[in-house]
Amino acid sequence: MLAAVPISWFLTLSAVLFALGVAGFLFRHSIITVFMSIELMLNAVNLSFVTFSYHRQQVNGHLYAFFVMVVAAAEAAVGLAIILTIFKNRRTLNIDDVDSMKN
Amino acid sequence: MDSFIVISLIKTAVVFAVLLTTLAYLQWVERKVIAHIQVRPGPYRVGWHGLLQPVADIIKLLTKEDLVPPYVNKPLYLLAPFLAMTMALLSIAVIPFGPQIQVAGYQTFMQLTDLNIGVLFVLAVSSMGVYGIALAGWSSNNKYSLLGGLRSSAQMISYELPMSLAIAAPLLISNTLSLRGLVEKQAGGIWNWNVLHGPFPQIVGFIIFLIAAFAETNRIPFDLPEAENELVAGYHTEYSSMKFASFFMSEYANMITVSCMATLLFLGGWVAPWPAQYGSSYVPAVIFALAGLVALYHGFHPARRRDGYTLPFFGVLFLIAAAVFLLPMVQSWLIPLFWFCAKTGGILFGFIWIRGTLPRFRYDQLMGFAWKFLFPVAMLNLLVTGFLVALRS
Amino acid sequence: MDVILFLVFAIIAVVCAINVVVQTHPISSAVSLVGVMGSLAVLYLLLGAEFLAAAQVIVYAGAIMVLFVFVIMLLNAGAEAKKGRSFTAQLLGLPLLVAFLGLMAYFVQRLFPQSTLVHFGGFKGGGVAEIGHALFTTFLLPFEVTSILILIAILGAIVLARKEMD
Repeated sequence: MLAAVPISWFLTLSAVLFALGVAGFLFRHSIITVFMSIELMLNAVNLSFVTFSYHRQQVNGHLYAFFVMVVAAAEAAVGLAIILTIFKNRRTLNIDDVDSMKN
Repeated sequence: MDSFIVISLIKTAVVFAVLLTTLAYLQWVERKVIAHIQVRPGPYRVGWHGLLQPVADIIKLLTKEDLVPPYVNKPLYLLAPFLAMTMALLSIAVIPFGPQIQVAGYQTFMQLTDLNIGVLFVLAVSSMGVYGIALAGWSSNNKYSLLGGLRSSAQMISYELPMSLAIAAPLLISNTLSLRGLVEKQAGGIWNWNVLHGPFPQIVGFIIFLIAAFAETNRIPFDLPEAENELVAGYHTEYSSMKFASFFMSEYANMITVSCMATLLFLGGWVAPWPAQYGSSYVPAVIFALAGLVALYHGFHPARRRDGYTLPFFGVLFLIAAAVFLLPMVQSWLIPLFWFCAKTGGILFGFIWIRGTLPRFRYDQLMGFAWKFLFPVAMLNLLVTGFLVALRS
Repeated sequence: MDVILFLVFAIIAVVCAINVVVQTHPISSAVSLVGVMGSLAVLYLLLGAEFLAAAQVIVYAGAIMVLFVFVIMLLNAGAEAKKGRSFTAQLLGLPLLVAFLGLMAYFVQRLFPQSTLVHFGGFKGGGVAEIGHALFTTFLLPFEVTSILILIAILGAIVLARKEMD
């Protein structure tokens, strides 16, 4: 049994979470679930940043992850406000029904 | 390594046992204090002076029918009280109750674990406590519960901001996030406590922290989301027996946590108000002796017949406790523990006193107060503290 | 010990992430996403990022996800309807995803065979003092810019969610 975790395991976990986020983003119809898959992708990338920060023994990766968190918070606030406005006007949360600009 | 695990397990068992007993008897204290504020005796019949009332309440809550209504969202319904209880009990893990002690040859701290981000840990755990209430309100499938849950969660997250800013100011003065380090920096006496010390005494910060703590724990005057005559019973309408008891216990555990945090951040933890060489070690003994003498005096002129033998018994008990405080063997850890419990108990008494005295805020008044008054004042406090700390160094 | 910790929380994270994508009702997805963020916070602690772990729980799991849960409750979002599923997307999607994943995992293994071993305590530079120092010296400009970004986000959210003042 290994005494410590190889760094490639962390990166593989980050890849798995990112791929699951992409899957949710592409295959789901509810706008809130799509938004949550975006947050999942951002978390996977944060894990990558922190892993490389450990690899290089510097604190910069933590700072990048921190800024990603801050931007994600701002994006969540505005995105959810947009979702509320869409619901108020279209009465639906299905992204396939918000297609009045198509054709 | 082995002894570390054994000692940690013993400490966890002791802290857990003491905490659960304190939760039960805190409810007794609350009922007695509110009763005496309203000029009535309070719980009196179940055991002497109602001291067995919490036991009766626990038996009642455990033996009630555990009803799970068929229309609720079962996974979330069962998860919510579990989350609330876990988060409430988790923050006690980092609270230091006293200095280093010697137990059977091993040196150990009176704290389960000393994280060097202790303050952030407590903040994180209290942010997660919002979920228990929000999910309870949602999963009950009941419009009163939903409204109560939403209002309560919105109140908790709104008041987290002034609380965090009020916490940040003494951290600037003490320069450490570890809770044990905070107390060690306030050693010396009452003039060293964060509330009176430093380039900017944190009196405003202390008051803001206490007000925000009232709102975080859903206590009067901020308890509209769970008031009985407002929203049936708010988010815990559909819960019965043990799950209802979990919400109840988590509210009291949250109260204990924020009182301990206020003591550690602002009032100096277990540090006595003046140094031991000027006689502060005799204060606990004097207080207990006075309590014992008062109980004995009232025992000889009893107001009710039963007091004729219960009050002298408690009087003798208090005098024995006063004698215990004079033993030099236990003074090194008992006296700091006494000061910590006295300060925390004082703040808890303040919680109960305000519950018995003030009416409650309306919801829009509550939210307006948080965002329009408390948050700017907390930011101003932090700015002034930071400016003065930077000027001094 | 570190391996067991990593495996337990990595499996919890993956299971919760699969739950986020697979569940029909948004609130179950939201609660599973909170689980993902909690287990990621433990993994950050393993990597020595103590401030970031606390910030993850306070900001991400304790504020952003509460906002999500609020919106789901306010909109009374129901379970997703099953109409309009494209068969080609389902047929091609999953294998392509697995191929994408396999490619990334292969490259990761090639670039970092057994180089760095992560053990608890291996990186001591992630404490609050180091983060604060870097934040206010090297990263001062991004810090100030993000504060303006947050102000813009607050203004945007208030304007968008306001009732019509007619």
